[in-house]
Amino acid sequence: MIEVTGLTKRYGDKTAVNDLTFTVKPGIVTGFLGPNGAGKSTTMRMIAGLDGPTSGSVRVNGADYRRAHVPMAELGILLEAKAVHTSRSAFNHLLALAQTNGVPRSRVAEVIDLVGLGEVARKRAGGFSLGMGQRLGIASALLGDPQTIVLDEPINGLDPEGILWVRNLLKGLAAEGRTVFISSHLMTEMALTAHHLIVVGRGELIADLDVEEFVALASTNVIMVRSPQATQLRDLLLGPDVTITSKEAGLLEVRGVSAETIGDLAFDHQIRLHGLAVQQASLEDAFMEMTRDSVEFHAHTTTAQTGDHTGDPSGNQSGAPTRVAQTAGDSR
Amino acid sequence: MTSTLTPTRTELNVTPRFPGMKVTQARVIKSEWTKFRSLRSTLITLLVSVALTVGLGALISAVTASHWAQASPADRADFNAVVTSLNGVNISQLAVGVLGVLLISGEYATGMIRASLTAVPKRLPVLWAKLGVFAAVVGVLSVISTFAAFFLGQSLLASKNLNVSISSPNALRMVLGAAVYLVLVGIIGMALGGLFRNTAAGISSLVAVFFVIPPILGLLPKSWSDHIGPYLPSNAGEAFWGHPTGSHLAALTGLLVLCAWAAAAVAAAAIRLKQRDA
Repeated sequence: MIEVTGLTKRYGDKTAVNDLTFTVKPGIVTGFLGPNGAGKSTTMRMIAGLDGPTSGSVRVNGADYRRAHVPMAELGILLEAKAVHTSRSAFNHLLALAQTNGVPRSRVAEVIDLVGLGEVARKRAGGFSLGMGQRLGIASALLGDPQTIVLDEPINGLDPEGILWVRNLLKGLAAEGRTVFISSHLMTEMALTAHHLIVVGRGELIADLDVEEFVALASTNVIMVRSPQATQLRDLLLGPDVTITSKEAGLLEVRGVSAETIGDLAFDHQIRLHGLAVQQASLEDAFMEMTRDSVEFHAHTTTAQTGDHTGDPSGNQSGAPTRVAQTAGDSR
Repeated sequence: MTSTLTPTRTELNVTPRFPGMKVTQARVIKSEWTKFRSLRSTLITLLVSVALTVGLGALISAVTASHWAQASPADRADFNAVVTSLNGVNISQLAVGVLGVLLISGEYATGMIRASLTAVPKRLPVLWAKLGVFAAVVGVLSVISTFAAFFLGQSLLASKNLNVSISSPNALRMVLGAAVYLVLVGIIGMALGGLFRNTAAGISSLVAVFFVIPPILGLLPKSWSDHIGPYLPSNAGEAFWGHPTGSHLAALTGLLVLCAWAAAAVAAAAIRLKQRDA
C-alpha cells in the first residue's frame, strides 16, 4: 500500500508535483500515467525517500519509508535513471545491495536467474544494453522480496518478449497480494498491464480510475455533426453529461449523446443535417486528450467552470471540455 | 488525524521472507566492503599510492645518499633521515585523497547512490560504513608502506652512514604518523566527495586545501602566515609526521588539529547527506 497525501515538491520556483493525493492498493497493478515531465519520477523518488516533499506525505505500507527497519522487504524500486556503478559487475552490484539488509547470497543468484541475466552477471554493468539494464534494475527491486514494488518506466528498452515477461511478472506479483506501482507514458501498455490508473499532468492529479472505466471513457464515441443550424442544434443537445466543442462554424463535436438521438432530435426540430459521423477514439488518443485537457483546464479554469455551472453554451464553445477532470473528481 | 495515523510501534509492517532481514551497521559495512573490492580502479589507485610512498621514498633516499658529498652545509643541517625516507607521502596523499573523493562522487556520477540510499534509507550508516572501510584499508596499507619506505630508505642511506634506526628519537612516531596522516587525508577526501557530490569539484577542493593554499599563504605578510599557516591541514599533518621545525605545531597538537579538520568535513558531509535530496 502506498498512500500519497497532499504531496507537493518544488524545485526553486518550479513546481514538479502539486498537491497529489492518491492511494495505491495491494493485490493489483496500478499504472502511473502521464506525459514526460508530469512529475511521475519525482513522485516515485519521494516514495523511496530519496527526495523530501516540500509539503504533504508519502507512506509505504503504512509508514514513512525513510524510517524503515527492513527497507528491502518493504519496498523495491526501479528508478528511470540508472542506479548502477558502471564498473561493477551485475552480481557484485546485487550482492552489495543484498548485504545491507541481510538478504542471503542465494537470493542474488535467484533474482539473476529470474530476470534472465545469468550469462552476463559477472560482466561490467556499464556494458549492458538498455534492456539488460532494465532487467538488472528489476532484479535489484525484487531482491528483498518486497511487499511494495515501484518501477519507473519498466518496459523502456525491452524487446517484445521482454515486455511480455515484465507484464506477466507484475501481474504475478500483484496476484501474490503485493502492491505494484508502475509508471509509463504509453497508455496502450498500461491498458494491458494495469488494473487501476493514476493519471497526472503538470504534477497534478488528472484522474484516478480503473482501466475499465478509462477504456469505457475512451470508447465514448465522438460524433461529428455538420449543420447550417449548428448553434440551434447545440442548444438542444446540451445537457449534464454532454460536451460539445466546435472547431469551425457549422461543425460540432458531440460527446455523450448517440448519433441516433442527434438525428432524431434534428428531425423533430426540422434542423438540417449535412453530416453525421461517428468517430471512435483510440486509448492513446483518449490519454492524449485527457492530459491535453488538463493543460487547457488549468489555463482556462474560470471559463471552463462557468460553462459547467451555468450551462452557458459559450463556455463549451471555447473548446475546454472538462469531462475528464469531472470524472477524476467523481471517482475520488 | 495525522497523529492518530503516525505509527508509534516499531515492529515491522511486513513479514520479510528471509529470516533476520534488517539493516545493521555491520551489514552496511560488509556491503561497502563488497563495493570497495569489486572496483578495479579502486584497487589500482591503492597500489599506486603504496608504490608512490615506498618508491619515491627510496628514490629520494638513494639520490640524497649519492649526492651527499656535494650537499651544501645548509642541506646537511636540514637533513632528517626519517623524513627523507618518508617523502613519498607528500605525493601519495594525493592518490589517497582523490580515491576518497571518487568513492563517494563516483556513486553520484553513476547513480549508484540512489540504489545505496533506497536500500538504506536512513542514509548515515552508508557514510559511516564507507568511511570505516576506507579508513581501515588505507590504514593497513599505509602502515605497511610507511614502514617499508622507512626501512628501504634507511638501507639506501646506510651507504653513507646517514641512516637511523626505528628506535631513534621520533622515528617510530613519524613513521606511524605518516600512516595516520594518509588515513586522515583519505577521510577528508571522502568528506569532500560527499559534500560536493561531484568528482571535479571534490578533487579541485582537495588539491586546493593540500597543495594550493599552503604556498599562497606563504605570499601573505609573515604576521598572517605565521598565525594561520600551522593550522592548515597539510602543515598540521607535517607537525606529527614531517621534519619538526619551529614554525610547526607540537606533534600532538598537530594531530588534534588535523583530526578536527577531518571531523568538521565529515560532519558537513553527514548533514548534507541526511538533509538534502539524493
